[in-house]
Amino acid sequence: MRHIVLVASLLIAATAPALAASEADFKAAYAAADAAEKEAGSLRNQWLTTETTLKAAKNAADKGDFEAATASAKEAEALARASIVQATGEKDRWKDAEIR
Amino acid sequence: MRFVIALVSAALAASVIVSAAPASDAPDPAADAEAFRNYFVTKFPKVKLEDFVNGPYSMNKDMRRQWQEKEEFPPYEFALEAGKEMFAAPFKNGKTYADCFENGGIGVRQNFPYFDAKQGEVITLELALNRCRTANGEAPLSYVKDEMASLTAYMAFTSRGKPFDIKIPDDPRALAAYENGKRYFYTRRGQLNFSCASCHVQSPGERLRAEILAPALGILNAMPIYRSEWAGMGTISRRFITCNSQTRAVPEEAQSEDYRDLEYFLSYVSNGLPISGPGARP
Repeated sequence: MRHIVLVASLLIAATAPALAASEADFKAAYAAADAAEKEAGSLRNQWLTTETTLKAAKNAADKGDFEAATASAKEAEALARASIVQATGEKDRWKDAEIR
Repeated sequence: MRFVIALVSAALAASVIVSAAPASDAPDPAADAEAFRNYFVTKFPKVKLEDFVNGPYSMNKDMRRQWQEKEEFPPYEFALEAGKEMFAAPFKNGKTYADCFENGGIGVRQNFPYFDAKQGEVITLELALNRCRTANGEAPLSYVKDEMASLTAYMAFTSRGKPFDIKIPDDPRALAAYENGKRYFYTRRGQLNFSCASCHVQSPGERLRAEILAPALGILNAMPIYRSEWAGMGTISRRFITCNSQTRAVPEEAQSEDYRDLEYFLSYVSNGLPISGPGARP
């Protein structure tokens, strides 16, 4: 029994730091998302969803919930990257839809 | 010698191909407008050409009946009255809006937007009104609120029935503005991946939730509009910003270059269709 408790404690101790996001994790994720959103802005193709998700990340971080904040920042980065792909693809593709 | 001739012939043939390729992509607004009109006329053979300016009412009998009844006491009437008063009221320096426009601003709506060769940009009616204000020492109005909508409603009313007469001068900058407007119209944006054309070219007459989508042909002829959904009047700026937001795209600033160019393109392809504004929409 003592052996099981010991193994369980070790497992928890080993995995906990990997699961719980820290403030540093949030900052890194937010910086990446912010940079991607700025790139989308330079292409004049930002999405409202990205903006609200970035705000949600910041709000969660302000409350100290870095787990949720990091998750939101990662989601915002994915959204921003999708808007960049859209803008890049549409650069010429819009012509396919043109009435001729 | 034969070799030289062959080389020259090959070079000529190559140059013909090279020069022919860009020609097919060269801007041709007149051809665009004809194709645009033909597309809608073919898609909706029962709709009279001049009726496209009535948007969803040209597509749906029930809505048309409701609208005709609504037009007996039109919801934009208050804005029209307010616009008429505002238009006549002198600025602090004694001048009025009439001093800024040809023909005193009466019956000129169909000529907007136009390309200003001096400033090298598209001038919309909303922009011209605000520039008139600032030139006379007044603060500009919000492009999306009631006062601007009232003013443009009155000016549109004085042009009712007059056909859109948008000109694209022989100026590469004007053509570039037109092309930019066209690009904006057909480009997909926002998380929903919609372009203006997704709704107003591919799906007019179809329902988008409770709304019936208006055709792009003649879509600006009825502006500004009273929208029941907004419980108030809306300018062209407001319409563009709302459309972008609905696709979950971050909208541009009102009267941005893209929006003005878009208005230029959409108005040009509706040349010949009568001004019907101010309008009312669900």
